[in-house]
Amino acid sequence: MIPRHFFIALSILLAAVLGMSIYVWHMRGRAAATPVPSANTGPVVAPVAGNTERVTLYVAYDDIGILRAQPAQVPLPSVRQQRAEEVLRALITLYLDKSSPHPLPPGSDIRSIYLVDPGLAVIDINAAFADGHRSGVLAEELTVASLIQTLSANIPGILKVKILVEGRQRETLAGHADLSNFFDVSAINQLSSQLQSTQ
Amino acid sequence: MPSISRRVGRAPGHLVVPSPAAHPCSCGDNRPRHPWPRFFSLLTMLLFLCIPLCAAPEKHLSVYSTAANYSLPIVQRQGRDYIGLLELLEPLGTVSAKTDGLHWRLHYNNILGEFTVDKTRARIQGRDADLSAKFLMENGRGLVPLASLNSLLPRFLGGPANLHEESARLFIGNVATHFTALVAPEDPAHLVFQFTAPVNPSVATEPGKLHLTFSHEPLTAPASPTLTFASKTIPSAAYSEGNGAAEITVTTNVPLMAGFSNDGRTITLAPAKSLPAATVASKPAMPAPQNVQGAQSPPIPSSAPRRYFAVVDASHGGADRGEALSPTLAEKDVTLAFARRLRQELESRGISTLVLRDSDANLSLDDRAFFANTTHAAVYIALHAASSGHGVRVYTALLPYANATDDDRGPFRSWPTAQASSIPTSQAAAASVAEALKKGEITVRTLTAPLRPLNNIVTAAIAVEVAPPASDVSSLTAPDYQQLIAGAVANGIVAIRAQLAAAP
Repeated sequence: MIPRHFFIALSILLAAVLGMSIYVWHMRGRAAATPVPSANTGPVVAPVAGNTERVTLYVAYDDIGILRAQPAQVPLPSVRQQRAEEVLRALITLYLDKSSPHPLPPGSDIRSIYLVDPGLAVIDINAAFADGHRSGVLAEELTVASLIQTLSANIPGILKVKILVEGRQRETLAGHADLSNFFDVSAINQLSSQLQSTQ
Repeated sequence: MPSISRRVGRAPGHLVVPSPAAHPCSCGDNRPRHPWPRFFSLLTMLLFLCIPLCAAPEKHLSVYSTAANYSLPIVQRQGRDYIGLLELLEPLGTVSAKTDGLHWRLHYNNILGEFTVDKTRARIQGRDADLSAKFLMENGRGLVPLASLNSLLPRFLGGPANLHEESARLFIGNVATHFTALVAPEDPAHLVFQFTAPVNPSVATEPGKLHLTFSHEPLTAPASPTLTFASKTIPSAAYSEGNGAAEITVTTNVPLMAGFSNDGRTITLAPAKSLPAATVASKPAMPAPQNVQGAQSPPIPSSAPRRYFAVVDASHGGADRGEALSPTLAEKDVTLAFARRLRQELESRGISTLVLRDSDANLSLDDRAFFANTTHAAVYIALHAASSGHGVRVYTALLPYANATDDDRGPFRSWPTAQASSIPTSQAAAASVAEALKKGEITVRTLTAPLRPLNNIVTAAIAVEVAPPASDVSSLTAPDYQQLIAGAVANGIVAIRAQLAAAP
């Protein structure tokens, strides 16, 4: 014969199990009904301390193959290197938007920018940026010109730019634009002028 | 084309004996080991080493005709050599093909050929033609047996075609280049080859031998394949053919050098130190390519006449497919088709043209620049294709330094800025090509671009990027569109021919 206190304990445990099951079932239904936000593949930008300033972004438009100067308000820190990174991140955030005129692959980001005196800037982009970039002379050239022109227009004193991918030198961006050499900022200025006209 | 390989090894004469202490299982273990595992390891290693050595080289068919010289890959199917018929006829005229179930219809100019998969007979202009083996179709591409070309091509072309099947060389029409070889009477150490047309062989040497390889010339055999000479220095030479090329092998007792003269129709072989200075004059300052390994053919002397006026470079190739223009269309295929068409257009206007990549080969950017520079052409034209935008973009080099010529050292030019002194001529060529394209009512833009190897080329250099006329990417392969652009680019080059020829 089963002792009475065992029977009482078993009944309490069974009731608890039943109660927990009902609660879990209820929670599962609520979770399924809650819409899940889509994955945000945009760059995670560190909080920036600084005043919002007006900068000029040189934005590429694929449909007509041009660059356009476009003003933007960006919070900028006081340190020159961080300012450079924030300016280019603002440009890339624009390109990662759904209605981007020059779409970049999801997850594209600037890893870091190194400013080396006198006048050298090294832009280190991530692998997602380069590996997923569309191939084509004009498509790649627009990206390169947009990055360099935006950087040099907002950070004075840059004369030469080098672009690295994940900290390493790469031959081309996506099969065409040469990344093995330095970019002369004055030559990119001239190229940007050409790219601002459709002729 | 010289192969470029990375050699890994140790110095000869050194045998590395593994130390017993270095063996992971030998810590104080002096028991005799069984020899079989080691034997099998060695056998496996030998097997892996043999696989690349035993791999057969890719076969190519070299085609020589009055319209164009080009090469095509040969594919092996059912133990026989096959060739793509459309690709073969494409550089020779207007060609189109249509697939209808098992039937494949090919239009070449106004001639219709009808082929059926797995049938050994075809119909050309309503008459039967024997193919000697089954007709095959792969992804809409019609393949005919190589052996059938001798009977098939005259029906399409209306003239003779002579296939050297063993050596994979096809002569269409009367295009043979003949040669004679004589020891100079005044100096038996000099051997003089006279050719009936300009030639540009690659030269390679090995102890006791010098090889002249003719990949682009329709060189034909002399009366006897072995030539003997009354010379102790150069006793004999032999002619042979194989895998789409002809080769003359000269036997010699001393190191020889080759000198070119008479507009490329004469090659003089002589002991290295005795060749006249005029024929082997030192090469002008040529930037050395970066990272190029292995043997290259010797540079062409500056006094040598220009054998090709234009070099057309079909960008990408091999594993480098370029942009995926559509799920089935790669940029490398479009550029190759454009390059062949442009060569045809240029040569029809009297401009001798070399297509740098005339097959699905993979050439590095340094190699492209090296070969373009050593050819001493007046203009280099790189071809690209793109799915974005419309019309044509013509590019010149964007150099990495503002004062590019500052990087030169005396007569030597800096490799990244070798183009610096030719920028004005390149821009003039780009403007001329753009003008010709505009006349053809084609949308065109001229830009600079950081696009290698433009900046490594020592002569006028432009890149032409072709985009579809509207949103339909498939129009990039349309013969009419290709013809329109190739014709306009050729007109642009012809218009500036004198300036290009006069450029240093």
